[in-house]
Amino acid sequence: MGQLFLVPRWGGGRVTNHQTSQPSNYSTIKLLEVKNLKKYFPIRKGFFRKTVGNVRAVDDVSFFINEGETLGLVGESGCGKTTASRCILRAHAPTAGELLFRTKEGSLVDLAKLTRAQLRPLRSQMQMIFQDPYGSLNPRMTLFDIVGEPMYVNGVKDRKERVERVAELLRLVGLRPEYMQRYPHAFSGGQRQRIGIARALSVNPRLVVADEPVSALDVSVQAQILNLMLDLQKRLNLTYLFVAHNLSVVRHICDRVAVMYVGKLVEMANTLELYAAPKHPYTAALMSAVPVADPRIKTGNVELKGEVPSPANPPSGCYFHPRCEFAVEVCRKDAPVFREITPNHFVACHRADELRLPGIA
Amino acid sequence: MNNETPLLSVRDLKTYFMMDEGVVKAVDGVTFDVYAGQIFGIVGESGCGKSVTMKAVLRIVEPPGKIVSGQILLKRKTANGEEQVIDLAQLNANSKAMRDIRGAEIALIPQEPMAAFSPVHTVGDQIVEAILLHQNVSRREARTIALQMFKDVGIPMPEQRLDEYSWQLSGGLRQRAIIAMALSCNPRLLIADEPTTAVDVTTQAQVLRLLRRLQEQRHAAIIFITHDLGVIAQMASYVMVMYLGLVMEQGPVDEIFHAPKHPYTQALLRSIPTITMTPRVNLPTISGSIPHPFNKPRGCPFHPRCEKFIAGKCDTRIPALQPIGEKQWVSCFLYHDGEVAA
Repeated sequence: MGQLFLVPRWGGGRVTNHQTSQPSNYSTIKLLEVKNLKKYFPIRKGFFRKTVGNVRAVDDVSFFINEGETLGLVGESGCGKTTASRCILRAHAPTAGELLFRTKEGSLVDLAKLTRAQLRPLRSQMQMIFQDPYGSLNPRMTLFDIVGEPMYVNGVKDRKERVERVAELLRLVGLRPEYMQRYPHAFSGGQRQRIGIARALSVNPRLVVADEPVSALDVSVQAQILNLMLDLQKRLNLTYLFVAHNLSVVRHICDRVAVMYVGKLVEMANTLELYAAPKHPYTAALMSAVPVADPRIKTGNVELKGEVPSPANPPSGCYFHPRCEFAVEVCRKDAPVFREITPNHFVACHRADELRLPGIA
Repeated sequence: MNNETPLLSVRDLKTYFMMDEGVVKAVDGVTFDVYAGQIFGIVGESGCGKSVTMKAVLRIVEPPGKIVSGQILLKRKTANGEEQVIDLAQLNANSKAMRDIRGAEIALIPQEPMAAFSPVHTVGDQIVEAILLHQNVSRREARTIALQMFKDVGIPMPEQRLDEYSWQLSGGLRQRAIIAMALSCNPRLLIADEPTTAVDVTTQAQVLRLLRRLQEQRHAAIIFITHDLGVIAQMASYVMVMYLGLVMEQGPVDEIFHAPKHPYTQALLRSIPTITMTPRVNLPTISGSIPHPFNKPRGCPFHPRCEKFIAGKCDTRIPALQPIGEKQWVSCFLYHDGEVAA
């Protein structure tokens, strides 16, 4: 059954072998490299709608995703993680920066520079799984229409072929193909999320952006969807950008994790290293705030005081300094550089080398 | 563990919704006790009846919902200092007696802080109104109490915040303002219905810490409803696990997490990724999904998804909630033969 995924029936031209790497030892070929990405939303005031300032939703963010791996993007609401992921999909046009994407054919393109028309053939390679399985499926479309539409748009005009493919996709995500003519209302939250996943996979994407894919689901169903995502990644060599706020889920599914705070990346490292030995005080505070599902382990030792600053009016220097217990003079004045302090461990903190911060696990 | 009479004692409570399509048995025989000073956690997934149970206690179940049977016994002091136990289920939901209890003796921290405040009145006015309803004080005194509440829950610049509207406050501040309102009449029982679902982890940590501190200082009881097992483990001292309107298991938090008895509790705990497990391995799952309330399975509601299901027993009879050992109560035929009379 997996055969169809290895050899796309349409488009794409050359066929690449998609079954070489395992997610645990993913390749080091960068599928996507984000360089100095910025997305500002103007604040307009007055009769002439004059721009009086900018909300710096994403402010100079750089990271990469290797082919076949899962990168987690975590942070509190309003930190810009959703905006960043939407810029990558070009649902937003970035204000500045580069989005270097390695296409199926192996060439590097800068998604940030492409026009809508130029982007179209690439869209099938990048797909999205949404947070809310109730809001993201059109209630007036059948499963066949929902899952089949992206294929139709991408050139599969033959209905019979689409029926076959949709049936195969439904089977792949654990739904019965007989459900094809039903409408979304007949399905539970977990099943709807499976439909959303089938839709995303219908055009053989290579990069899948999953924005909080399990946070709207019941606990007993979350595990099913996480297992499905891991399984599909192994089978289809998918690359995930996993945007989430549940740190236990992120730890479970991600190879590497990037932490965002007020539009900037503060830390990025391999998952277990980040959890065991965070280098940024914000990461450490975030870790300690996670309530562990074991009454014998007491968490919540580091209390983060105050509020997240507004990205329209961020503080001077390091954006975290007003809430940071380790802040010194330089933190108030200079913005720290996002640098690699040990191989593959990036952090933006003036005091990263001297601080010994507690992690979890 | 407690010899005193419970503050709240719910006995075999049944709350049904009489819909055109049929009867939804949202709460179908729930029994539990909450003692003063206790944090009582209720866990369950959507549709398990945890919120409806609490609405029934507050007598705010909206039609077509109705309390069909059962008792909700609240221990209270009368005006002349005598102890009295009244059955809230017998009161008229709109009676003076019930209105005096609601808000003053039992307060609610709702799930969605945005929807709980009116956007066209300042938060201060709304809290003052609640105080004036329940306490014999002047408007000025009420404002002083409201201000003190804001200080107690750690709202910066409380004087100024009182005169702001709810939409001017951030999520964390709004949640604190709601807590301040709930505490303004010194309730002895606080019901927190998913109080941190809408906020971030760091704000959640602040809110949980605040609730714990208030419970210690005021010796109030808190019923804490959530689907987040992590929050329950950190907050509650006693836990009740619900599924499709029934209590599956209840006991002290350590027993529930380290010696769960009911197959549902066991499966639920296994299925969540934890901070200590090996990443990227398949999680043990509970097969299937929560049934729709209209076609609730016969017998034990969990039996179609249960690994230890006993054919001919679990699918025909409903197990009763019975004690196992000293502290735990469980409703499962693996442990006893007691069943709910049909």
